[in-house]
Amino acid sequence: MSDLLTVTDLTVRLKMDSGMREVITGTSLSIAAGEAMGLVGESGSGKSMTAKAIARLLPDGAETLGSVVFDGVDVLALSGDELREHRAQVAVVFQDPRAHINPVRRIDDFMTESLRTLRNVPKGDARARAATALEEVGIDDPAKRLRQYPHELSGGMLQRVMIATALLSEPRLLLADECTTALDVTTQAEVMAILDDLRRDRGLSMLFITHDLELAGAVCDRTTVMYAGQVVETRAASLLHSDPLHPYSAALVDARPSIASTADRLRAIPGRPLSAFESPSGCRFAPRCSFAQDACREHDQVITELDGGFVRCERAIELRGKVREGAHV
Amino acid sequence: MSESDIVLSVSGLRKVFGTQVAVDDMNFELPAGKSLAIVGESGSGKTTVARMIVGLEKPTAGTIIACGRDRSKPSRKGAERKLRGREVQIVFQDPYSSLDPRQTGADLVDEVLRVHHGGSSADRAKRVADLAALVGLDQRQMNAMPKALSGGQRQRVAIARALATDPRVLILDESVAALDVSIQAQVLNVLADIRDQQGISYVLISHDLAVVRQLTDEALVMQRGVVVERGVTSELLDNPQHPYTKLLRASVPGPGWTPQRARERAAAV
Repeated sequence: MSDLLTVTDLTVRLKMDSGMREVITGTSLSIAAGEAMGLVGESGSGKSMTAKAIARLLPDGAETLGSVVFDGVDVLALSGDELREHRAQVAVVFQDPRAHINPVRRIDDFMTESLRTLRNVPKGDARARAATALEEVGIDDPAKRLRQYPHELSGGMLQRVMIATALLSEPRLLLADECTTALDVTTQAEVMAILDDLRRDRGLSMLFITHDLELAGAVCDRTTVMYAGQVVETRAASLLHSDPLHPYSAALVDARPSIASTADRLRAIPGRPLSAFESPSGCRFAPRCSFAQDACREHDQVITELDGGFVRCERAIELRGKVREGAHV
Repeated sequence: MSESDIVLSVSGLRKVFGTQVAVDDMNFELPAGKSLAIVGESGSGKTTVARMIVGLEKPTAGTIIACGRDRSKPSRKGAERKLRGREVQIVFQDPYSSLDPRQTGADLVDEVLRVHHGGSSADRAKRVADLAALVGLDQRQMNAMPKALSGGQRQRVAIARALATDPRVLILDESVAALDVSIQAQVLNVLADIRDQQGISYVLISHDLAVVRQLTDEALVMQRGVVVERGVTSELLDNPQHPYTKLLRASVPGPGWTPQRARERAAAV
């Protein structure tokens, strides 16, 4: 399988009141055609910024180093028509559909706009394609929905409209940024099933950003864990739960309450998640890590390959199999 | 169990908005020191129940008795309102909108103490420090404005403020839903400690079944305003009986979970 997307050593700095602030440091990841990659992490870990960099949606004044290559094209160098074409190939679905749709335009206008303006598809054809896309995501009576306004649709329905719209440009990569977080669990299951079907039918690749490790584990092939702007682990999604390599991945798995059993006490991670720019030198997780030693704080950690995965921890081999259970007391 | 052990009792509770029935014939009793979960999806009426208990909505019918006093109707007297506020407190979902951005955590808690308990400023300062220690905030964090605090720290301030009245019942309306996983675990541990130390009762309004399992003894499942199943939380989750509870349980991702379209799921259940 050749890689559709390759991100290499990506560093992003954003312009803030106090000057340039680093939000991602040296992130690398790759997604093969038809692969679903989970991207998990807490607030400020840089997961959304990674997606924005890939879609070229970073805020004005952002500084990027490293490279993003999509289907052999250097994404960071694109402009004008080429950039528009890139955004058609790489579709994004965000967490809050209501924040990304014009409330005073009909669903019809929203869905067909890019087809009409970018692809010069006649209005009737564009509408027919929109109706088909709505059916594909399980919406009954699409003709009626197209005539409605966003406020007339529930959150779950509107999120399906966003997915259908994202698919109209026939993208090859879908960046799903917490796209089911605001939905009820039963609706989330429905949306995930739709995404799963699309992936199978169309060979769509997916970068699935979420804070929910269980969800990522259930629907993705591989999962990448980010902390403080860095990738700390990339691993087969199923193995991330049973045999995590990085102490942070293990701590995340352990901190979550279980639906199947009641813990005496949850193994909370002390402290709070940090952003890249406020992290200490050396291992960024060291202040919260129960395995940290002086050496960890002395030099930056590099990412290395281990057992088919990648991990950013110099003690990973030594700690193999010990990072879970009993570590946080 | 004797009647005095029941700190909150709800019977025949009903709320109608226009032609919509938000909550219909709800009944439950909450013993001292126990936790009850109200589970359901958006629009199930669970938050409306919470709002009626704290007095933010007026029930259409039914009674709510907290600490032996009926609070189904709005009180006419200031003293009665204060008393009600003291007995039942609430922590909302979003600590970004539920705290006054111009007051430090210490000031927020102090104001509640001043209104409800009086006392000298030295006494209050000591109580503020005790509450801060209980929720795991240090003095620097208590003296910071909310904007300087993280979501988890803000939610601890909100919990400290709610505890300042010495409530018998604390309503947690999706109070840990917006928190990061590592912070959520910290706050859940703090809540469990407080319950053990203070004998306070919780009503947890939540859609997150794992959080419900961790924190509560009993659970009610609501669908479209009606309680469709109730029972001991662990039994209810391990062996759900009602089709809707089964559907909720089956929708939670975990090892070996594959998302199914609604029609496939309906066929399976």
